Amino acid sequence: MKKGIPILVVVLIVVAAAVWWFSNSEDQQVAEATTFVYCSEASPEGFNPAFYTSGTTFDAAGRTMFNRLVEFERGGTAVNPGLAESWEISDDGLTYTFHLRDGVKFHTNHGFTPSRDFNAEDVLWSFNRQMDESHPYHGVSNQDYAYFGYMGMADAIASLTAPDDMTVVFKLSAPNAPFLANLAMDFASIGSAEYAAAMMEAGTPEMVDQQPIGTGPFMLTDYQQDAVIRYTAHPDYWEGAADIDRLVFSITPDASVRYAKLKSGECHHMVYPNPADIAEMQADSNISVMSAPGLNVGYLAFNTEKAPFDNKLVRQALNLATNKASILEAVYQGAGEAAKNPIPPTMWSYNDDVVDYDYDPARARELLAQAGYPNGFETNIWAMPVQRPYNPNARRMAELIQSDWAAVGVDAEIVSYEWGEYLDRTSNGDHETAMLGWTGDNGDPDNFLNTLLGCQAAATGGNIAFWCNDEFNTLVNDALRVSDIDQRTALYEQAQLVFKEEAPWITVAHSVVYEPMSPSVQGYKMSPFGVHAFYGVSLAE
Amino acid sequence: MLQFFLRRLGMVIPTFIGVSLFAFALIHLIPGDVVTIMGGERGVSAETRAELEAMLGLDKPLWQQYFIYIGNILQGDLGTSYVTGKPVLSEFMARFPATLELTICAGIFAVLVGLTLGILAAIRRGGWLDHTVMTISLAGYSMPIFWWGLLLILLFSVNLGWTPVSGRMDVMFWVDNVTGFMLIDTLLSPAKGAFASALQHLLLPSIVLGTIPMAVIARMTRSSMLEVLGEDYIRTARAKGLSKTRVVAKHALRNALIPVITVMGLQVGMLLSGAILTETIFAWPGVGKWLIEAINRRDYPVVQGGLLLVATLIILVNLLVDLMYGVVNPRVRHSK
Repeated sequence: MKKGIPILVVVLIVVAAAVWWFSNSEDQQVAEATTFVYCSEASPEGFNPAFYTSGTTFDAAGRTMFNRLVEFERGGTAVNPGLAESWEISDDGLTYTFHLRDGVKFHTNHGFTPSRDFNAEDVLWSFNRQMDESHPYHGVSNQDYAYFGYMGMADAIASLTAPDDMTVVFKLSAPNAPFLANLAMDFASIGSAEYAAAMMEAGTPEMVDQQPIGTGPFMLTDYQQDAVIRYTAHPDYWEGAADIDRLVFSITPDASVRYAKLKSGECHHMVYPNPADIAEMQADSNISVMSAPGLNVGYLAFNTEKAPFDNKLVRQALNLATNKASILEAVYQGAGEAAKNPIPPTMWSYNDDVVDYDYDPARARELLAQAGYPNGFETNIWAMPVQRPYNPNARRMAELIQSDWAAVGVDAEIVSYEWGEYLDRTSNGDHETAMLGWTGDNGDPDNFLNTLLGCQAAATGGNIAFWCNDEFNTLVNDALRVSDIDQRTALYEQAQLVFKEEAPWITVAHSVVYEPMSPSVQGYKMSPFGVHAFYGVSLAE
Repeated sequence: MLQFFLRRLGMVIPTFIGVSLFAFALIHLIPGDVVTIMGGERGVSAETRAELEAMLGLDKPLWQQYFIYIGNILQGDLGTSYVTGKPVLSEFMARFPATLELTICAGIFAVLVGLTLGILAAIRRGGWLDHTVMTISLAGYSMPIFWWGLLLILLFSVNLGWTPVSGRMDVMFWVDNVTGFMLIDTLLSPAKGAFASALQHLLLPSIVLGTIPMAVIARMTRSSMLEVLGEDYIRTARAKGLSKTRVVAKHALRNALIPVITVMGLQVGMLLSGAILTETIFAWPGVGKWLIEAINRRDYPVVQGGLLLVATLIILVNLLVDLMYGVVNPRVRHSK
């Protein structure tokens, strides 16, 4: 036995030496093809963007493999032509006519080669699958069409028809101003009807969701769950083939490890850095850090159905009693700006004339006395258990607010639950005050103001302030029914004034999003929606 | 021997039932539910909730859910993942080779280094070597896997650039998945340098995962060796004029290793549970990482099925170790 040990040690050394020797020959392997490696945070839930709601899936499917009728501009919220070259909206806002682009090619994979270009049939298939429960593909893969439901598309669309191969017409049941922007969202990605029919015939309809083909800039080549997704550039992409030949998602759940991989050159771009690492990254000349204000808001909502928060004066008082500057410093560490409106400043119709509540504990005490609480009261603050883009540390934020409120006599207890439980209980209204936030989906103010503060949302639970104000609600619902952008802007600006006066929330901050990458990455643009897309990106030598 | 075998096997069945009950209960005791998670910040409406619950079978009473669950398991059906819609068993089998490969390499590391260190420490009892080994093993034993992994990555991958940071294979290589064992698949693949890349990727995670078992084995070997070296027959052997090496190798080691084998067996459980953390740090696409992701997504069938499979595996390995022990050391067969 003892003799065996030195032999094993020798074997180990030989193996190690072999690894060295072989690894040096690895250099020849690094292909001529340009490969872009993106260190992503998790496996996508799947490859059909209509099924899922997470950005991880949009990155891996919607933004790489698919196109939509209309597209958000790269790095912005404006809506540009996509698979539809142009469109007309009728004066009553009820009919949307899209003229489709000619000569758009679908991807090819092992099992399928398309025989025709993209046409209206594909659009019909993609939408009917989601809205028509008797559609042969509706039940395939047994998943929910989550976003289609969230956006109320089934109610919004009265009919969808194709007068000819290159035209589709949506008839709406009521004017719906954000409709166009909704069509640029990932759930509205267009798949191939021909591929679907072929797979149905072959008896493997789920292949459409597992190995999808789209018209997008990259084609799925290979996927090993929890490890790697490989794409090759779509050679016939209608906007022109991508500059990078291969795109690799290297799935790396731990933020410190992603950072290590970026440093060691194993990936070109990483998502979701640890906030604590950002200063170090910025100081490193081998890493370039892009940052942009996120399309989000972090807030604390008062449950306006419960006393004393049904009293406007109390809500205003606590707004005045909260020191936002110290929260921004301690919680966001500079990676955010104070919020005064429920919508972020990068969004159109942001009302800059709104005056925020200053930090003024003396005035807060006066208002509390006026409301009948000269000695304050007891309440709770719910803090989210997870880090979110709009709130990096809810617990810390709660502690700061707790001490601010204590200074005006309001004694608050901090409460937290596991994330799923937290969402559940807040939408039930179990809380008195609770923190939450929102990241925009489609760049439309309705997606914040109505979704989070409308009366309907108070009934279904999206509005955790349970605030239903007639004036505000009328304004945002009127804005939905006009398609003139100036008119809508005026209505939304007015709504923001009402909101600030009524103070159902403390609007805390709009966070800044950071994306570290290698300096060799060129042409990358950050999306305000927090998705990551690599068409238009190239690698410098 | 047969009686011993049956007795040990009899203990496995209640253990298995206990584990299944635990796996089932755990998922219902922890807060949060899959339907809420599916809704995210947006929440789900009451109708959608009822619809989803019915679809997932969550509307039935708990005991009914349990019996359905056990019935399915007995038919070899561990359920289908809520997220991917694929059978849990096939998802497990797709990932298990990665975990097995890592566990085997970590085990080899633990045994080789642990035994060597333990024997050296025992022979040089009280010397600097002994002290060094004891310090290393104590440190190794108390090292949190997460921190230790990141520390090694920082040193060897980031600063020295000797090893890759994470994953099983350089993303530049496109190796076909034949057996699921990267070391074998890369040898079958024409890609040059792929095998070396696979080895390099295995190095750090194996060390990280093997560190705690290594420390345990080292300490156990040392103390067991010391005990045996103090026995009369060793003194007799010495007195007969046998060389020290011969005494240690022929007489002491064989007897000292008996308790060490048991410890090694118990470490398999340690390796499998440690794999969950190690796989997460090194983005190693095995069973551990799969379970962690499933927990995050409240993918009940995967968590239940995965836990059950891993627990069964540990139970079986322990059974195997017991039986081997019975062969090596006949005395245990007769003791109660």
